[in-house]
Amino acid sequence: MARTIVRVPPKAKKGEIIEIKALVGHVMETGFRHSETGALIPRDIIRTFVCSYNGAEVFRADFHPATAANPLIEFSTIATESGMLEFRWAGDNGFTAEASAPITVE
Amino acid sequence: MAQHPAERRSGYLDMSPGTRAMQDDDATNPGMLWVLDGEALWGRKAGAADKACADCHGAGMKGVAARYPRVSDDKLIDLEQRINLCRTGRQKAPALAYESRELLALTAYIGFQSRGLPIEVDETGKTKPFLEAGHAAYHRRQGQLNLACAQCHDERYGARLAGNPIPQGQATGYPIYRLEWQGLGSLQRRLRNCMIGVRAEPYAYGSPELVELELYLMWRARGMKLETPAVRP
Amino acid sequence: MISRRRFLVLACAAAAASPPSRARATPAAMQEAIAKVTGGAVVSKGRVRLDVAPLIENGNSVVLSVGVDSPMTAAEYVKAIHVFAPANPLPNMVSAYLGPRSGRARITTRVRVADSQTLMAIAQLSDGSFWSDSAAVVVTLAACTEEVK
Repeated sequence: MARTIVRVPPKAKKGEIIEIKALVGHVMETGFRHSETGALIPRDIIRTFVCSYNGAEVFRADFHPATAANPLIEFSTIATESGMLEFRWAGDNGFTAEASAPITVE
Repeated sequence: MAQHPAERRSGYLDMSPGTRAMQDDDATNPGMLWVLDGEALWGRKAGAADKACADCHGAGMKGVAARYPRVSDDKLIDLEQRINLCRTGRQKAPALAYESRELLALTAYIGFQSRGLPIEVDETGKTKPFLEAGHAAYHRRQGQLNLACAQCHDERYGARLAGNPIPQGQATGYPIYRLEWQGLGSLQRRLRNCMIGVRAEPYAYGSPELVELELYLMWRARGMKLETPAVRP
Repeated sequence: MISRRRFLVLACAAAAASPPSRARATPAAMQEAIAKVTGGAVVSKGRVRLDVAPLIENGNSVVLSVGVDSPMTAAEYVKAIHVFAPANPLPNMVSAYLGPRSGRARITTRVRVADSQTLMAIAQLSDGSFWSDSAAVVVTLAACTEEVK
């Protein structure tokens, strides 16, 4: 499983907008590069990122070869209730990665 | 030994605000992916001896990376070679190759524990001849472009090369996450990269010449704070 | 003694030694990518802010933010943000899908910018309207490139 780093504030007030950062280890090979011997290096990228909050999708992103290696995405959501934020990345060659972070909403 | 930059300056200060921010925040610094891998490897048993790094060393390697390369048994070794001496000698495991994910993860994890600590280099006794060799190599013209390290990094730092500022080349943040590499790399990779740039045949990974150069660079950056894992363009 | 000018010429020769192949999206591909998200609807300038440094040190990883002026309520919110790069091999850079639960219409990511060009961000609002902003960027050539292994 690829290494992930997610940042979610552990505590928030109900209704507060929280900032989320999600980083994942991946080469994001574009499919446009050539090796030293001239062979085309096949594309190998993450295609989608989804963030769910207690099971409901709150944010989604599509990545492309233009997404930098080791993709980072920063976004926000409203703290509605205590529970779990879940992150899922999926891509070429069956790639998947998952991470989660708890949040306490007061 | 001559030291040309009157005021020493980390390459961090030459970077754009965006690249600095990338380094400053552990949630956005991609080098942290390797640090976390290294932490996991540190606790994992390996080799015929079935020992983890942590079994001997515990969790604390604070300050260690700030003191490498150093002399061990009359030989100058860098942090990568120190790790591999433990791998082969204590763990009875095969040595890890330079630039392998595992070795970079371990050096990043060990280096990270010294982040913020000043670089210390012994310049006396057995270390002295190695340091002098590194100093000589740094000032030696090489390659088809016939350039010495000092010509760019001591005499022309602050000028621009193909649009980018020439840094002083202070080795304060290795292994670094280099945007050009789109990954983490060692100081030796960076040195070989420069040698290829001046059209010289680069020394092999782990060669005494590269370790001596590493030692000289760390001496040159002595007292500066370690930034591992630094981000550089 | 090597002159300063001569030094830079030599150094630049070193930097340009292994130029990457520069595939580019065609203007038609760019239009097609935009039409795919807008369905041919009119895209107005405004309400969107595309933040990216005008001078890029290395095109492999460029911090890019897009913010949209929207109250982000259940009645009025940003549905999607799309970013396009006409001089990249493919025009699509990133797409993000938001909703009232986002609270704020702002995303940040890191992208690859192949060459100097004008990047474009398009936001789709819940009322079906499309808004855009553009940002011109200059990518400097990395001084010390390395062969792909």
